[in-house]
Amino acid sequence: MINTIYRLVSPKLIEEVYGEVNLENNVIVRPTHLSICQADQRYFHGNRDPETLAKKLPMALIHEGIGEVIHDETGTFENGDLVVIIPNTPIEDDDIIAENYLRSSNFRASGFDGFMQDYVISDPNRLVKIPNDINREVAAFTELISVSAHSISRFSKLAHKRKNKIGVWGDGNLGYITSLLLKIIFPESKIVVFGKNDEKLNLFTFADDTFKINEIPEDIKIDHAFECVGGRGSQLALDQIIDLIHPEGTISLLGVSEYPVPINTRMVLEKGLLVFGTSRSGRKDFIKTIEIFKEYPRVLKYLENIVNDTIEIKNLEDINIAFEKDFNSSFGKTVLLWNK
Amino acid sequence: MIFVAILAGGTGTRMGNMDKPKQFLLLGDKPIIIHTIEKFLINEKFEEIIVLSPKQWISHTEDLILKYIPNSNKVKVIEGGKLRNDTIMNAINYIDNKPDIKEEDIIVTHDSVRPFITHRIIEENIKYAKEYGACDTVIPATDTIVESTDGNFIKSVPNRENMYQGQTPQSFNIIKLKQLYNNVSEKEKEILTDACKIFSINNEKVFLVQGEVSNIKITYPHDLKVATSILKET
Repeated sequence: MINTIYRLVSPKLIEEVYGEVNLENNVIVRPTHLSICQADQRYFHGNRDPETLAKKLPMALIHEGIGEVIHDETGTFENGDLVVIIPNTPIEDDDIIAENYLRSSNFRASGFDGFMQDYVISDPNRLVKIPNDINREVAAFTELISVSAHSISRFSKLAHKRKNKIGVWGDGNLGYITSLLLKIIFPESKIVVFGKNDEKLNLFTFADDTFKINEIPEDIKIDHAFECVGGRGSQLALDQIIDLIHPEGTISLLGVSEYPVPINTRMVLEKGLLVFGTSRSGRKDFIKTIEIFKEYPRVLKYLENIVNDTIEIKNLEDINIAFEKDFNSSFGKTVLLWNK
Repeated sequence: MIFVAILAGGTGTRMGNMDKPKQFLLLGDKPIIIHTIEKFLINEKFEEIIVLSPKQWISHTEDLILKYIPNSNKVKVIEGGKLRNDTIMNAINYIDNKPDIKEEDIIVTHDSVRPFITHRIIEENIKYAKEYGACDTVIPATDTIVESTDGNFIKSVPNRENMYQGQTPQSFNIIKLKQLYNNVSEKEKEILTDACKIFSINNEKVFLVQGEVSNIKITYPHDLKVATSILKET
């Protein structure tokens, strides 16, 4: 069968290309709801170094999305099943190292084509069934939520048991999702969010406290921290975290930065801090995320608040409009209703 | 129920001096017609995929389907007609022999040589054929259309903004199509080059589904070159 793929060929220019696909041993998924990530925006606007762009493009963007199973010759799914597609694609098994950290793993919309296609052709192992009655706009960014869930899983394994107060730095989407999941998973802990913008911080109604980073009371101390800032702000966030954290606390790094970020290692040493990075997610994190959706439906209600815009995509021009609108919005997720 | 008729009735005389019809030519690793059938095979909404083939090519078509499509029990090859509408009516007559055809049932008719059809086009054909009784897939005309009745001089130049180029699928309510076709005189049938015209000359509405420039019809050798080269881009 011939599949149509919508690839970014150069900044802001998307073209259709066509590829032959094999129906055997694959599941054919029709994407229905996609969500734009910062990484997509960096490619779309050409905000990566020229060497990276030359190496990665042309490539179909988008690695957050759900779709409907149209055809499955593997016998794993029923036609009409709603599935979330896992962008991480391992090519080897490892008993110790998680699939999202294996250097050999491929990743959709980074190493190979993302979800902007007429059909996504997938191994059944890269699909996880989700309830058909789920809020599909929220489910569209399950991948981002699973990144938070993954980070919290690692935190659970690595952090000591005193978790009276957990700080989350960053008032963006990742900060919102991470602090929300922390509140659900650790209901006894006080979740404190540190950000820059009053309007955004006002949305964190589930948090026990929120502070602007330049108005932090002197007596605030935290046991553990999550850094969801990224970019140039990472350094300032890490400085504050190292300053406010109790000894032997953990610092979970989630914010992606294009730049090398200096860290006050003297204080990391003196306080005996455990700093660990987390990136992306794997199949078990998706399964865990969907379990959270089922067990705590109010999570979905909170997540509805960060759906900023839903834009129907019927032609290539609509894709450009959606990326520009998303780029100009300061908070929230842009969901693409895929009808191309 | 929803049926699809893959129209492979033509013998491809415009494809140059080739000994086999254009739908059987290879595009990438498979014959064009197989790519086209697969697009409908993966959509479970279709009850049956009826492939209409020239009589002498029926066995060949069946063999190809067996070779390339392992689970092909939904695909049926029958004989096409002399003209396009005869071919469609052969499909209608074949469906008509089934005992449980209902008023809401529709048929999606598609050229076997348009393998680049997209999911949206198929879904919108189903939707609007159900809603309006008939729909046609079109794209806005990019070239100016001129009308000439003698082949020598222009009779008129219609406003391009009102002009569209017809693609396929064309989709219809089965019972309505049959009734309207039976209303048309034998003389009119001879000049009915397009199935949607059966509806329009009966003053019935035909909804326009937005096609795609890429939904090309592989008619001439040049088209096959274009199709082959764009497929190689990945």
